[in-house]
Amino acid sequence: MLMLNVWTVAVAAFSHSLPRAFVARIIGVLGLVAVGFLLFTLITSNPFERLLPAAADGRDLNPLLQDPGMVIHPPMLYMGYVGFSVAYAFAIAALLSGQLDATWARWTRPWTSAAWIFLTFGIGLGSWWAYNELGWGGWWFWDPVENASFMPWLAGTALIHSLAVTEKRGSFKVWTVLLAIVAFSLSLMGTFLVRSGVLSSVHAFATDPRRGLFILGFLVVVIGASLLLYAWRAPKVGLGQRFGLLSRESMLLLNNMLLIVATGAVLLGTLYPLFLDALGLGKISVGAPYFEVVFGLLMAPVMFAMGIGPLVRWKNDEPGNLMRRLRWALPGAVAAALLVGWAAGRIGLVATGGLALAFWIVTSLGIDLIERLRPSGMQTSVLARWRLLPRAMLGMMVAHLGVAVFAFGVAMVKTYETERDVKMGPDTSTELAGYRFRMLDIRELQGPNYQATQGRIEVSRDGKVIAMLLPEKRIYRVQTNPMTEGAVDSNPLRDIYVSMGEQLPSGEWVVRVQHKPFIVWIWGGCLIMMLGGGMAASDRRYRQRQTQSAELPAQAAGAGGVA
Amino acid sequence: MKARLLWPLGIFLVLALFLARGLMLDPREVPSPLIGKPAPAFSAPTLAAPERVLRKEDMLGKVWMLNVFASWCVACREEHPVLMAYARTGGTPVYGLNYKDKREDALQWLKQLGNPYSDIVFDAKGLIGIDFGVYGVPETFIIDRAGIIRYKQIGPITPDVLREKIEPLLKELNA
Amino acid sequence: MLERSLRRALLCVCLALAVGSIQAREAESASANPELEARMMAVAGELRCLVCQNQTIADSHADLAVDLRQQIRELLARGQSERQILDYMTQRYGDFVLYRPPFKATTALLWIGPAALLALALGALVIVLRRRQRLGDDAFEADPDTDTHTDNHENASHVPNR
Repeated sequence: MLMLNVWTVAVAAFSHSLPRAFVARIIGVLGLVAVGFLLFTLITSNPFERLLPAAADGRDLNPLLQDPGMVIHPPMLYMGYVGFSVAYAFAIAALLSGQLDATWARWTRPWTSAAWIFLTFGIGLGSWWAYNELGWGGWWFWDPVENASFMPWLAGTALIHSLAVTEKRGSFKVWTVLLAIVAFSLSLMGTFLVRSGVLSSVHAFATDPRRGLFILGFLVVVIGASLLLYAWRAPKVGLGQRFGLLSRESMLLLNNMLLIVATGAVLLGTLYPLFLDALGLGKISVGAPYFEVVFGLLMAPVMFAMGIGPLVRWKNDEPGNLMRRLRWALPGAVAAALLVGWAAGRIGLVATGGLALAFWIVTSLGIDLIERLRPSGMQTSVLARWRLLPRAMLGMMVAHLGVAVFAFGVAMVKTYETERDVKMGPDTSTELAGYRFRMLDIRELQGPNYQATQGRIEVSRDGKVIAMLLPEKRIYRVQTNPMTEGAVDSNPLRDIYVSMGEQLPSGEWVVRVQHKPFIVWIWGGCLIMMLGGGMAASDRRYRQRQTQSAELPAQAAGAGGVA
Repeated sequence: MKARLLWPLGIFLVLALFLARGLMLDPREVPSPLIGKPAPAFSAPTLAAPERVLRKEDMLGKVWMLNVFASWCVACREEHPVLMAYARTGGTPVYGLNYKDKREDALQWLKQLGNPYSDIVFDAKGLIGIDFGVYGVPETFIIDRAGIIRYKQIGPITPDVLREKIEPLLKELNA
Repeated sequence: MLERSLRRALLCVCLALAVGSIQAREAESASANPELEARMMAVAGELRCLVCQNQTIADSHADLAVDLRQQIRELLARGQSERQILDYMTQRYGDFVLYRPPFKATTALLWIGPAALLALALGALVIVLRRRQRLGDDAFEADPDTDTHTDNHENASHVPNR
């Protein structure tokens, strides 16, 4: 609720340059959404119900959640989900008013980017938290609730790119509006999946079919009405400007198409067990083995297109020209990937593919940048040309770089991570990946609301001590399940991860030591993506009053070029 | 033109139907793949008399129920009176599978609460349980004369379940 | 005589103790057979823990998971393959226990779906683009020279801007 009101106020505050009627409609739609959520809170999830008699110690917060990361993760996610309601409201307002043009897209873009940034942060934070807190070094499980947050992210990414086309060329407005509705619908559906208990998930905290029914009803009303409005009003919208078969526009459409297929695939995998069960066809599970194969294969063409798309000219381009510009990029990328594999000690097929795609994106970015900075015409200095580059374009490059960094991290970690389980007591040591782990001792200590057994493990390399890690096994006083606190030593090249397993009858503990190369690049990539999004959203042209561009398609058709 | 634009709405409504149906299902309940298949062979000592062995072959030719229980299982306490009442009616024999328990604890538990079982198989390590696809306690299997599993009850047997599902099936199998 | 050998023995013991405290004892592997253990964890990573809220048998601490991991160890030791062990589990617990859904009639849509979606979407894209190519210029908006010119730049290609 707070998030929705924050966004609504923000929209109201930052929209001086938009026509009032338009803003009124947007606020109206947001208000209706708020009413829906308020009703939900009142009727099914009243947090203010009193507990009589008051519990002495309370039920304590689930120890898993007792961590600063966990305080920020949900609000960030919700800032994202709810932020898409702004794009949605813009879409509905446009459908209602019939005013659906490039200017509309220009107004919507920064809001969509902002929501996307928050969602990226929320998802990345959740992954990073799980890695640090859950004790076994995993960072993504394709759990239904994780997928529920990932789908709006994928659709939101498609939306950002689609808005670019609609803004620049007025094209594919109908598709963009539909996408805005879909992104918000996926956010709502995420809420449903998490709260209803319809899917089995590690995130299933307070599931309740009654809540589920309410949310589903809300979903049907909101999404159903939106899609009906879409079907009714969309035909009145024009086609925008013309573009060729090979053009920036068509590449962006390809991006959209691939991202939506990926979203659909994740949706299919997540809901398939439910489909079969509802039809009485048995119970199956769809987990990481499925998603890794399917999603990985679908992302390959996306990443390949990312290396081409930004280089393609608007309106029309020649394939021959394009290939000439990129002729060194592909072999260069593959060579770099093979080099990294060789340096890491082992060349794997999947790893090389992933690395090559990451390098491909970076190489393409490099080529794009070099072409733009190369002196020609009036501007002769590189610095002057640099200053001319629109911030939105740099934002795009940075965000794409973030994707490449992320992909690099994933490829390296999944291929080259190693681990070992050993029995350790005081003064025992073991070796992994060139690091020596020596357990000094094990001691008991008291935390504010827990009792812990802590191992002190000294990590050294080539005889030099580089870290002291303190993994713990905690028993919280109120909820008595034992919790594993992993200890991590992190640097840009690798993480070293140590966690305590169980205690053996001999008094020794089973300790797991893990070496994870380049894992922080995964979350670093997310941060870089966010930076890129921020740069793109803060481009000055979004804050200008509308100065040009046709109001309605019919009028612009005969007008010719506008200054 | 317009019909094409209604596809998203159509797809969504179908999806919503599935989600609504999903609200009535339990995603964590695992149906048994052994229904209609022969019960797994087993041969294990009984609880009261370890020197005596009970095997699947001994049970062929009669209809019987296998109730998986343990002294540490809370839900088994709920179910126990229902089993006791049923055993008193002298219907289909109920055999027990004492799952991952300690002999003394189980015997003590039965002494306290009563023993509805014709005999009890002692499965200390839970291996027989694994063969039967047991994943929680209590569970109950109904096995026919030919040794085929006909029904699996996941969770405690309530009077309703007994009346509506189990007794009709037993009548049919015993006929 | 005895004194000297006793002193020597004592010296050896002291030396051994001294050396021992400089170098830590090498920790033993947690399992008797690390290679078997690794194979077991690989198989366990494909299986779902039935009493947990969505975890693999490899990751779960539940009793049933511990039992099933032990069972997998024994089956591997007996020479069974991963395929055979997965079949063993499905016989007892059904397809639910597999995180990688088997390919059968009911899951055909699941496995073929993404590829079919991709083909469908690509096809739709090509058809829509081709159809647009064939439309006359009046179906489109005119081209105001907006800021696309900064995105297309002279260095990029020899195709004239309009």
